[in-house]
Amino acid sequence: MNSYLNLCCEECWHSAKSPCDQFIKCCTDGPLCHHNEKCKDKFKHLGEQLRYSEHEIPIIFIGMGTCGLAAGAQKVEEAMKAELAKLNISAKIEATGCIGFCAKEVIVDIKLPGQVRVSYCEITPKLVPKLIQKAIVEKTIFTEKVLGAHDQNKLDVSLLKDNPFFKHQLKIVLEHCGIINPNSIDTYIAHGGFKAFDKVLSLMTPMEVVKEISASGLRGRGGAGFPTGKKWELANKQAGDHKYLICNADEGDPGAFMDRSVLESDPFRVVEGMMIGGYAIGASAGYIYCRAEYPLAIERLQNTIELCRKYGLLGENILNSNFSFDLKIKKGAGAFVCGEETALIGSIEGKRGMPRPRPPFPTDAGLFGKPTVINNVETFSNIAAIIKKGSHWFSAIGTEKSKGTKVFALSGKIVHSGLVEVPMGIKLNEVVFEIAGGIPNDKKFKAVQIGGPSGGCLPDRVMQTQVDYESLKEVGAMMGSGGFVVMDEDTCMVDVAKYFLTFIQSESCGKCVPCREGTKRMLEIIERIPKSYKSTKNKTDQLQRFKGIIHLKRLSSVIKDTSLCGLGQSAPNPVLSGLQYFREEYEEHLYNRKCTAGVCKDLLTYCIDNALCEGCGVCLRKCGVEAIVGEKGHAHYILDDKCIRCGMCIEACRFDAITVN
Amino acid sequence: MHTEIFNHYEAKDRSALIPLLQDIQSIYNYLPETALKDISEFVDIPLSRVYGVATFYNQFRLKPLGENIIKVCRGTACHVKSSANILFALEHELNIKAGETTRDKKFTLEIVNCIGACSIAPVITINEDYYGRIAAKDIPKIIKNYSKKAPKQEPGVTKEEVEK
Repeated sequence: MNSYLNLCCEECWHSAKSPCDQFIKCCTDGPLCHHNEKCKDKFKHLGEQLRYSEHEIPIIFIGMGTCGLAAGAQKVEEAMKAELAKLNISAKIEATGCIGFCAKEVIVDIKLPGQVRVSYCEITPKLVPKLIQKAIVEKTIFTEKVLGAHDQNKLDVSLLKDNPFFKHQLKIVLEHCGIINPNSIDTYIAHGGFKAFDKVLSLMTPMEVVKEISASGLRGRGGAGFPTGKKWELANKQAGDHKYLICNADEGDPGAFMDRSVLESDPFRVVEGMMIGGYAIGASAGYIYCRAEYPLAIERLQNTIELCRKYGLLGENILNSNFSFDLKIKKGAGAFVCGEETALIGSIEGKRGMPRPRPPFPTDAGLFGKPTVINNVETFSNIAAIIKKGSHWFSAIGTEKSKGTKVFALSGKIVHSGLVEVPMGIKLNEVVFEIAGGIPNDKKFKAVQIGGPSGGCLPDRVMQTQVDYESLKEVGAMMGSGGFVVMDEDTCMVDVAKYFLTFIQSESCGKCVPCREGTKRMLEIIERIPKSYKSTKNKTDQLQRFKGIIHLKRLSSVIKDTSLCGLGQSAPNPVLSGLQYFREEYEEHLYNRKCTAGVCKDLLTYCIDNALCEGCGVCLRKCGVEAIVGEKGHAHYILDDKCIRCGMCIEACRFDAITVN
Repeated sequence: MHTEIFNHYEAKDRSALIPLLQDIQSIYNYLPETALKDISEFVDIPLSRVYGVATFYNQFRLKPLGENIIKVCRGTACHVKSSANILFALEHELNIKAGETTRDKKFTLEIVNCIGACSIAPVITINEDYYGRIAAKDIPKIIKNYSKKAPKQEPGVTKEEVEK
């Protein structure tokens, strides 16, 4: 018996075609329908093997999420196989997802029989022989790259959960990410998977499920924070034979990669959440709308769905309960606005992904005109845990109005970028300075951008704010989907506002005027701030610049009040939060014509320090616009009129002779 | 050659439109006009609507692409780590603007919003290979590897390794 689908003996008959209602219970406590010590042993051993607690040869786990692969996990695996073959060691290589510590990829865990699982970080193909020598041949610890042990041990290795990066985290959604093999349904079942679904099917009515989710206080993790139980209740009460359930995995926010990581590392959890949701609202079919930019996530989801069908967990008459439910994957085609519910529905129906006015809400008339519930990946990932452990357990975590945990994708100018899950109510500065390890290279912290293009930039003085839906809104940001980009003193806030507006402008679907035209005008105003009329040769620029600023606030409020969907309504947020917290920086750009961060190119001047320049001519050759002049052996000079401030000369100079003012 | 794809779909099913376009594009790397006409007939939607959908989504292209597709991530994390400079260096190196293809049809330069690899920002991808934590000065070397058609540069190299 090497899989739960292999029957223990002739007494067992579960298959997708002839489902047994005790299948899931049987997998962990089985066999239940007959008494046989041999069968019991088989189940027990399989479970232990799948939980990686009983094995004869070493197991090597390699983090193979997109971040791991980008850091070279494939090469590490190849090197590992070659080295194992060379030394004639038999070991099992298990590909896992991402444990979240993306800055330290490639992460390799090694578990020897009867010992604890130890994580090593920043493994390169070159380090593989050393690692195998130390950890497998000598059976000690490869101390140079050790990250931590998964359990208490006698080896004098600190625990992974005591690492500052993991210490403040509380993992519900990410519980299994980077721990288990995301391609194996057996592993998921052995780790307690599908127990919640089984509980729902055998013990609860759909309305009881809805009530349990309502009682837990779970709110949509996609950004707006609508109570999930309430949404399900609305759909549950709708009459009609066809209802749909959609998982929104169109993670378009630049700087957010939570959904990708969850889908890559623990796709079964998302699917289980969807099954429970389908049962609760009475849906017969579900869709997962995933970005086409996440090929690995789509591949793993496809595999997940096929396996679930094979095991009889998706399809007709699931586990002999008369409940039928199936899932389909729809690939997004690259449109940020499709993260909006009604646009997403349009996109699945094969139309241009444009939002439509609500009401009717999707729970009344959604996909193909039928009642539809749309939830985010992270929301669905919470469901199984809530059902299994109860709404009381869940609602005890977090703050009064925001329950549970939130996953954030930490990136930008921090030491430890990666994926973290923190309880609601944690302070922002704890996340930045304790979990993320603060700012590298002794730079000063400037702002943290939360909520993607709809969110805002928060400065040092509001870093005591709690992470919850209301508090973040109060200070001018929003929860959003979970992008968490940290900026240091080298980031210019005017430039950031310009960046987000450019993004919104190009992603605006063009349906309603305030968003289509308003954001365009706003972008023009912001773009004019760092422009120098030296480059535009337009002498009215100065006047236009001030005129624009006067209108900026009012324009923002009009866009906010009159746009059709969330994209437009939140489009001015990056500018408004910038004006609120970084007014001096805007003023500096306007009045002093200076960009302290050194980002706004038009406001910079490049010059060569005569004392340092050796006249090697490298910068002269590198310059694409022939703005550098000088003879070989003599100090060079930059012609300011011709210079386009590309910075190529700085990159090229070996004597650090070029300075920017 | 694209007519085989139609076998996987039901005729006159509007919701099949986007998957159809995606499949066609995966064959040709772009959407040829003839294919769009065939789709319009198959799904029974006016060609204008098909065109409307094809131009709405960023993924679809109506022009053929170069041999190597370079995607520059312009997500927030990459932006903060000055991916604008990377883009500029690429434009400079290839002598084209973003969205264009070189005259010898070797390279196409594209901008993507976020490829979700923010932890190794700034990132570019060439075909299927990821290049993380790169600097503008690494660009010429990386491009060289592809233009020569020499053995491919190892994917996943970081800045330090390119320097060696």
